[in-house]
Amino acid sequence: MEIKVFILAMILGFAIFIVPKKSQYLLGLLLHLVVIVVTSVLAIDALFYAPAGQSQILAYVAGSPVHLVVDELSSFFVLVVNFTMLTGVLYAGGYLKPYLEKKNNGEMALHYFSFLWLHISMLLVCMLRDGFAFLIAWELMSVFSFILVIFESENKQTVKIGLNYLIQMHIGLVLIMSAFIVAWVKTGAVFSFDGLTIYFAGHKPYLLFLLFFAGFGIKAGFIPLHTWLPHAHPAAPSHVSGVMSGVMIKMGIYGILRVLTYIHTDLLYIGIFILGISVFSGVLGVTLAIVQHDIKKLLAYHSIENIGIIGIGIGLGVVGVAENIPVLAVLGFAGGILHVLNHSLFKSLLFYSAGSVYQQTHTRNIDQLGGLIKNMPRTAVFFLLGSLAICGLPPFNGFISEFLIYSGMFRGLFPGDLPTDVIILFSFIGLVIIGGLAIFCFTKVFGIVFLGTPRSPKAMKAHESGGRMIFPQVLAGIVIIVIGLVPAIFLQPLNSIVSLFTGSTPILTNAIPVMNKLSLSSGIFILFVGLLWFLRRSQQKTRQIETGPTWGCGYTGANPALHQYSATSYADNIRDLASEVVQLKKHYNSFGEDEIFPAKRTFETHSSDVFEDNLVKKPSDGLLKWFEKIAVFQTGNLQHYLLYALVFMIFIFLITLLKLI
Amino acid sequence: MAWIGILSIIITGIIFPGIIGMVKARVGGRKSPSIFQPLSDVIRLFKKVAVYSSTTSVVFRIAPLVYFASVISVLTLIPFAGQKGLISFEGDFVFFAYLLALGKFLMIIAALDTGSGFEGMGANREALYSLLAEPAFFILMGSLALFAGNTSFYNLYHHLHLNTHLSYLTAITAIYVLIYIAMVENSRLPVDDPKTHLELTMVHEVMVLDNSGFDLALIHIASWLKFSLYGTLIANFLLPFSLPHYAQIIFFFIVQVTFAVTVGGLESFKARNKMVKNPQFIVVLSAIAIVAFLTALIITEKFTLN
Repeated sequence: MEIKVFILAMILGFAIFIVPKKSQYLLGLLLHLVVIVVTSVLAIDALFYAPAGQSQILAYVAGSPVHLVVDELSSFFVLVVNFTMLTGVLYAGGYLKPYLEKKNNGEMALHYFSFLWLHISMLLVCMLRDGFAFLIAWELMSVFSFILVIFESENKQTVKIGLNYLIQMHIGLVLIMSAFIVAWVKTGAVFSFDGLTIYFAGHKPYLLFLLFFAGFGIKAGFIPLHTWLPHAHPAAPSHVSGVMSGVMIKMGIYGILRVLTYIHTDLLYIGIFILGISVFSGVLGVTLAIVQHDIKKLLAYHSIENIGIIGIGIGLGVVGVAENIPVLAVLGFAGGILHVLNHSLFKSLLFYSAGSVYQQTHTRNIDQLGGLIKNMPRTAVFFLLGSLAICGLPPFNGFISEFLIYSGMFRGLFPGDLPTDVIILFSFIGLVIIGGLAIFCFTKVFGIVFLGTPRSPKAMKAHESGGRMIFPQVLAGIVIIVIGLVPAIFLQPLNSIVSLFTGSTPILTNAIPVMNKLSLSSGIFILFVGLLWFLRRSQQKTRQIETGPTWGCGYTGANPALHQYSATSYADNIRDLASEVVQLKKHYNSFGEDEIFPAKRTFETHSSDVFEDNLVKKPSDGLLKWFEKIAVFQTGNLQHYLLYALVFMIFIFLITLLKLI
Repeated sequence: MAWIGILSIIITGIIFPGIIGMVKARVGGRKSPSIFQPLSDVIRLFKKVAVYSSTTSVVFRIAPLVYFASVISVLTLIPFAGQKGLISFEGDFVFFAYLLALGKFLMIIAALDTGSGFEGMGANREALYSLLAEPAFFILMGSLALFAGNTSFYNLYHHLHLNTHLSYLTAITAIYVLIYIAMVENSRLPVDDPKTHLELTMVHEVMVLDNSGFDLALIHIASWLKFSLYGTLIANFLLPFSLPHYAQIIFFFIVQVTFAVTVGGLESFKARNKMVKNPQFIVVLSAIAIVAFLTALIITEKFTLN
């Protein structure tokens, strides 16, 4: 029944192209809702009621059935995808309004259709096990997200970024496909995930795991495979960036987790590998985020950081399984998997509120913003909520997943042996540094964008965005707070997912009292804040509150906006510490000795990503140069082309004569 | 018992700045103010009218409350005199550190809320220093966790004391690092000089330039409490949990007063670091904390030297 409705919704998606422009969005929304309901029913059924892993037939292709298999892991990802898509499609309704006049019927229809099919293809990725079907769904996901990214295709740069994205996704696809092919050739088993069981039973897992990790890692955005991410996210419209960053990159995590369920040997090195890359991605991701000026690019780098945190959880989990330390394994996996959900919530929330800022001010450069909290108070509150959550501060959801990972690490120290302890030491140092840098970064973003005095007329003229854009943020915000305040209710379902990797243990169920005490402590804290608020109000009731200008140390005459700290100056001391990575360049000319009355000057800073420069730009530039050299043959002269044909024929004649072929 | 603990921490917190002030005055050859001078300053502040900058928003008004509430709330987690804190659970020290970070987060953005370049500078420095100091605390806790399977604050200390006497080698390093973390977190010398009068060289003080009245009083009390909080963490290393309660409490006060005198002494004789040297100075604390971790690995015989 559910499957039939699901297929019907897929087909009805094409109707978006036929209906009039006004009802396109409504039809899209309706189909999204239908898809969300039917797949969530399937997922909840698998997670809580039915014995999981049941397969249902989606369709027959050339006489053979394509199965949908929903186990605990799939259903978790299905639910995460559905929630973020729900907020995404609701937000799109408000965000796309200004575009309705600019874009024609077909363009809008294509956008809505791609958004729907991005949703469907992500769900299929989570539920298909067959190799071909999975790869097709994976490809659909890349193609539709590509169409979504180039929505503003009148901008040449956007198209270029989109193509870069598409190419990188196909490199990923080839890697995943070759992994499947290797397994298939080596074992002759079925071309599917389940076929991997046989391969891993008889072979060392390293090669195949590396192929899968590289393929899925490009999607997930592990450094150094991340170079598409900081470009594609800012170029895409905000609801698309929210969804891409919130859930689409998590499909890479899903893939890695799925492959891990089949590997049962040699896990130690795999765990260390994941852990190493994740700590690296986390620390560098957030460091690179700090020096960004483009708010969406900055959030994109934070996605890399959070993928790192998820990876730290998973890596620790794998090390725990390998070293037979159940508490490390369970809490590591639990923290990593919960962080997938958490990140999808706060990152989409942050992208939505950043989108509202962009829609109002038409700039993403944070050095031109400021003081928005006065004009956009609700957006500011949600951005603050998202910032606190992404920094992993209590009592919000990000803290819960980081707390689980920390508990796993610290409890794993005692039973662990020397190598394990050293691994744990490095990973928690990494996690602490990530947390600290995230706080540094988000105090900067929030402070520069929303607080202080507006730095440009654009920021002064902003208005609060409409209820249609606020409502999805409310939804995400509520879940963020609920997970933060009562984490205990999420442990039971989490337990059934984690047991796929670790076997069933009571560790997570035993953690429920801990979570309750955490809730209690958070409650006490909130109570204190409320109490103090009340106390201060009663203290201030009898007295007249005064307002005045900010203390300016005597320099009150100048433009207050110029007096403020800018994003560049805030990031300056991190730039000094991390100069190797962030490669910030300052462009200015200094004063001459005989210059008594200085003329007008400019000051510019540029930061570049060291990985992008060396891994993508340099090789592709080199290739381009080489191609340009070859291009001398392309003269556009017919006689020359005939000459090439003649030369070729003589060449063939000669080598045949010499019996070379 | 836990309530007595919280009360003792609050009492020592109140006299802490007084003691530091006294020591500094004596060493500097001045007549010292009363030990309760800071307290009466704060009481005066509570009676005053607040002045808010017209640039500020609700963030500026809520930040001191969150800061104060975060410090008061973590008091419930600290073990005292061989007893668990009011609330004790696995990994409570992570909550401890992160809740304090929440307070700091709000204070930093509140400073940016004023739109003042000086306060932005202070906020920026505070953010950097606390991010650099954080790993040291976690590494210390990690080295204690090597002795204990259960990782609540109470258990960490308890197992340290239960272990062989060698484990006190870890404690020595830990105390050294904790004293300096306390100095960094509370913006004292050698990282920050609370008595400086030039905005450009301030860190914490410049962040609260625009706070007044009730809010400023809360911020002051919160900093005192933070000091005695770290003092309690240090005292727990020194107090064998087997002593009777009354002895522990007396001992606790002695340790706290000694800590305050030490801070006063350090502040009298040490010059403040150059601003650019500060990050280096703070990162060294993490390096020393790693030494504590290695010591713990050797003591637990995971790391054998042959």
